[in-house]
Amino acid sequence: MGKLDSKIPAGSLENKWRDYKSSVKLVNPANKRKLEVIVVGSGLAGASAAATLGELGYKVKCFCFQDSPRRAHSIAAQGGINAAKNYSNDGDSVYRLFYDTVKGGDYRAREANVYRLAEVSAAIIDQCVAQGVPFAREYGGLLDNRSFGGVQVSRTFYARGQTGQQLLLGAYSALSRQIAKGQVRMYNRHEMIELVTVDNVAKGIIVRDLISGEIERHSAHAVLLCTGGYGNVFYLSTNAMGSNVTAGWKAYKKGAFFGNPCFTQIHPTCIPVSGEYQSKLTLMSESLRNDGRVWVPKAQGDKRKPSEIPDDERDYYLERRYPAFGNLVPRDVASRAAKQACDEGRGVGSSGLAVYLDFRDSINRLGRDVISERYGNLFEMYEKITGEDPYSTPMRIYPAVHYTMGGLWVDYNLMTTVKGLYALGECNFSDHGANRLGASALMQGLADGYFVIPYTLGEYLADEIRNPVTPVTHPAFDEAENAAKERINRMMNVKGRQTVEDLHKKLGKIMWDYCGMARNQEGLTKALQMLKDLKAEFWSDVKIPGSINEFNPELDKAGRVADFIELGELMVRDALNRRESCGGHFREESQTEDGEARRDDENFSFVSAWEFAGENAEPVLNKEELHFEVVHPSQRSYK
Amino acid sequence: MIASLKMFYTTVGRKLVMALTGLFLCLFLIEHLYANLLLYKMDGGQAYIEWTKFLTGNIIIRTIEFGLFAGIIIHVIDGLYLTLHNKRARPVAYQVSRQSGDSSWFSRNMGLTGSIIFIFLIIHLRTFFVPHRIFHAENSIAYDVAAAFQSNWYAALYLVAMVLLGAHLNHGFQSAFQTLGLNNHKYLKPLKIAGTVFSLLIMIGFSSFPVIFYFDMFGIATNILGG
Amino acid sequence: MEETINLKLKIWRQKNTVTKGYFETYDMPGVNTHMSFLEMMDVLNDRLIREGKDPVAFDHDCREGICGMCSMYINGRPHGPLKGTTTCQLHMRFFSDGETVTIEPWRAAAFPIIKDLVVDRSGFEKIIQAGGYISVNTGNAPDANSIPVPKVVADEAFDAAACIGCGACVAACKNASAMLFTAAKVSQLSLLPQGKPEKDIRVLKMVEAHDEAGFGSCTNTGACEAECPKGISISHIARLNRDYVSASLKK
Repeated sequence: MGKLDSKIPAGSLENKWRDYKSSVKLVNPANKRKLEVIVVGSGLAGASAAATLGELGYKVKCFCFQDSPRRAHSIAAQGGINAAKNYSNDGDSVYRLFYDTVKGGDYRAREANVYRLAEVSAAIIDQCVAQGVPFAREYGGLLDNRSFGGVQVSRTFYARGQTGQQLLLGAYSALSRQIAKGQVRMYNRHEMIELVTVDNVAKGIIVRDLISGEIERHSAHAVLLCTGGYGNVFYLSTNAMGSNVTAGWKAYKKGAFFGNPCFTQIHPTCIPVSGEYQSKLTLMSESLRNDGRVWVPKAQGDKRKPSEIPDDERDYYLERRYPAFGNLVPRDVASRAAKQACDEGRGVGSSGLAVYLDFRDSINRLGRDVISERYGNLFEMYEKITGEDPYSTPMRIYPAVHYTMGGLWVDYNLMTTVKGLYALGECNFSDHGANRLGASALMQGLADGYFVIPYTLGEYLADEIRNPVTPVTHPAFDEAENAAKERINRMMNVKGRQTVEDLHKKLGKIMWDYCGMARNQEGLTKALQMLKDLKAEFWSDVKIPGSINEFNPELDKAGRVADFIELGELMVRDALNRRESCGGHFREESQTEDGEARRDDENFSFVSAWEFAGENAEPVLNKEELHFEVVHPSQRSYK
Repeated sequence: MIASLKMFYTTVGRKLVMALTGLFLCLFLIEHLYANLLLYKMDGGQAYIEWTKFLTGNIIIRTIEFGLFAGIIIHVIDGLYLTLHNKRARPVAYQVSRQSGDSSWFSRNMGLTGSIIFIFLIIHLRTFFVPHRIFHAENSIAYDVAAAFQSNWYAALYLVAMVLLGAHLNHGFQSAFQTLGLNNHKYLKPLKIAGTVFSLLIMIGFSSFPVIFYFDMFGIATNILGG
Repeated sequence: MEETINLKLKIWRQKNTVTKGYFETYDMPGVNTHMSFLEMMDVLNDRLIREGKDPVAFDHDCREGICGMCSMYINGRPHGPLKGTTTCQLHMRFFSDGETVTIEPWRAAAFPIIKDLVVDRSGFEKIIQAGGYISVNTGNAPDANSIPVPKVVADEAFDAAACIGCGACVAACKNASAMLFTAAKVSQLSLLPQGKPEKDIRVLKMVEAHDEAGFGSCTNTGACEAECPKGISISHIARLNRDYVSASLKK
């Protein structure tokens, strides 16, 4: 318990961040030039942090595994970004954004962090517009807003269906400017494979040049991990192929606590798996549920074409079970309901793992043109992938892993339990509790990078101005590099029979079956053992082609999968421990009589922060109790 | 000013040079076509001869003529430079390349059509310009034109060159406006159409001379050459 | 519903930047037509790994057509036969049974090959770094609604900003010119009022960086526009040209 200090400033909720900013330690410009900062990852959080710190005068190094910082997976976000601007004059405010986020997160987030997020949200929009982000506008030339799931106001700013792309390119342009100025040194196609610490203080990182395979050492006064989420632990997810947990996992093993690892968001509307060869899943925007009706046949194993199934033999299960919200229930509820329908043997499509999202009635009511205007591009994308025309036959959809609310535990400063090591964006656990609201991920990534870390980093670095960076010849670097090299060599020398993909698929199946949309004691216990076995299997039977000192994507992937397997174990452990249902985490033992999630505030109103205790030892659970001073937790109901 | 000149060293600047010289040469083509059409007047070539006299006697036109030659030379050298530069930009060619769906044949072969037109131009100058403007030939210019087209190979060469000129202009004309930045969604289509119409007019206009003179259609060649 | 086709793949193999490359042919029997092109490549690589051979290296990441990482020149066209699509979104139902599919890397002096189908596109980075931004430090920004931007202007800027930086324009251009890429950014920023103060210096520097990176010159063939997976118009190149002339004359 005593190990966790969230460092939340004193004072009333509205004044915490303001007071913090006016009392935080500062670093003068001459000293900033002497301070070096490493940023790992170049998505919204990483690019915005690296650019802003560069502007402030710090010496920054930024690393990404892709060939350009512009490729980070933030780019794929479709919907939009929330901000408490109240341009719509519909009663929005910082407080309402804060409240919606805490409630949407099923009361498992820290109030002070969320309030700060809501507070800086408006400035993000200003910053992005000034950078040239072409947000959607009204004919009068002012910014347009739309509404998103789970809220009653229109506060979402968007750029067609490519908001993430435009925001990332904005941050990327700011980053490029700092690179040109020499304030930031960019390392593309480099992957962090080890953290270097001295006495539990971050001093640098070990990276691998993915083109030459060479190992490099980089030291700095502070290390920022902005490496995104770990949804790929499920093998199939909407994440990019390269998204991984490696940097965060190395940090965990060097003393950074991992917060709420089991909190995973499963998005209800994705294009279902079409075969064994499937490599990733594609999201279909949540907005489709405004006009589409979700159904499955009433009878099990009904293999008729959807058009041949009459209305009285269809089960519009969301409308039946949740008459108040109907097809617009929140993501976690919709996902679970789809899974239940399929578990009952009423799923559709060749795999039986899909439900229909039917636009027939909307097309009859509004006409094809209206539907096409609203969703034309999504329908096209669906047809491109499936070869089916959603105007004439219902879409088949199924839930898919989309976002991970869990991540490295950080305090109010975004610092992990390793001094000088920070985690930003999806990489940390902080703001979304047990379930993230739509259009809030982009907001958090940019808030952390543009507006939070520039202040909170100073608090730590102000005391570092007298210390030169640790030389890369320090024994800690030797040790870290040797450990990394030894691991790679060991992996390469297994020369087993299973490909990295084989093992990753096995991992994904375990995680999806036992730690997916519904979890229970028995399954999780079983999974724990299976994952231990899988880890042993990996290290005794993996087959990696090629050699170390060359461009070798299979080797890169192998390292990531090895870490995912270990992370999976921690997720299962966390899910086992949290014997309540909340947000994306549904424990079958903790549900109401009619099958809804039941939260247990009495026993589980805390953040699980897991501490690494050694390679073969059980990790230690530390709890950060959550105190709700302003918002009063209540049970969610959508009936 | 010096700084502004620097722009001509970049790829965009060099394209600008191609566009400006190209459009200037287009103006000359219009003048040349007008002059040639005078040969159809059935006046024994008199109007044509008078027009060329007017041009050669005019100090302003003589000055522009230097510009014309400069224009041709710059257009050719710059074109050559760009072609070589662009070849260097892709040292290894694709094994399979299906570009026909993406771009017109004309646009991809400006170097080829330009080179052949340039060779023709040298022969053309050797045939008319050199004897008449430098050595003061005995026959009238109109007579020499009509006579030249009696030759199989010259008439054929002229015809081929004019067809290629049409191809060159088909892309070149609208491309010049694109390079000058005078192209947007609104003007794109009209410019493309204008380019095609212009190139067709020039091609048909000039191609008519070898055909009409070679076959002595309407007795035009006889009218100039005499019985 | 399950349909399969048999294909022959002719793929460019090259160990690294300095070694000589060559084509290698692979039989691909029983390709499920619901697969994406990259999933078909996954299947091939899976087989090669099991056979103890070197898998084919290719760039990819998001696999939903937005990150711009995937490349591949397929049967003579960047991103393959389907218009407005990246390779990752191309599905096998667009190929026919018995077809030979030739797969080459982007070919340009400015895009040296790293391995097999993977090329180095850092020339694009240099172009953006030369001026593809608006110089506004974090915290300097005025209220987002303080400068209205007409909807048509914002929409046109968006059309240009949709560029994913994949390099298909360079691959398609017979001159390996990156003018569409450069122009997309120049045009986006010069259209918006926020980008106007740096309009002149931006276009001059970005064109200079374009040339220095070794890309060819634009000869207005329009191939880039036809192959751009995001359908970016060459009218943006016209705007770049216009801005370039006016900036040069003012200097």
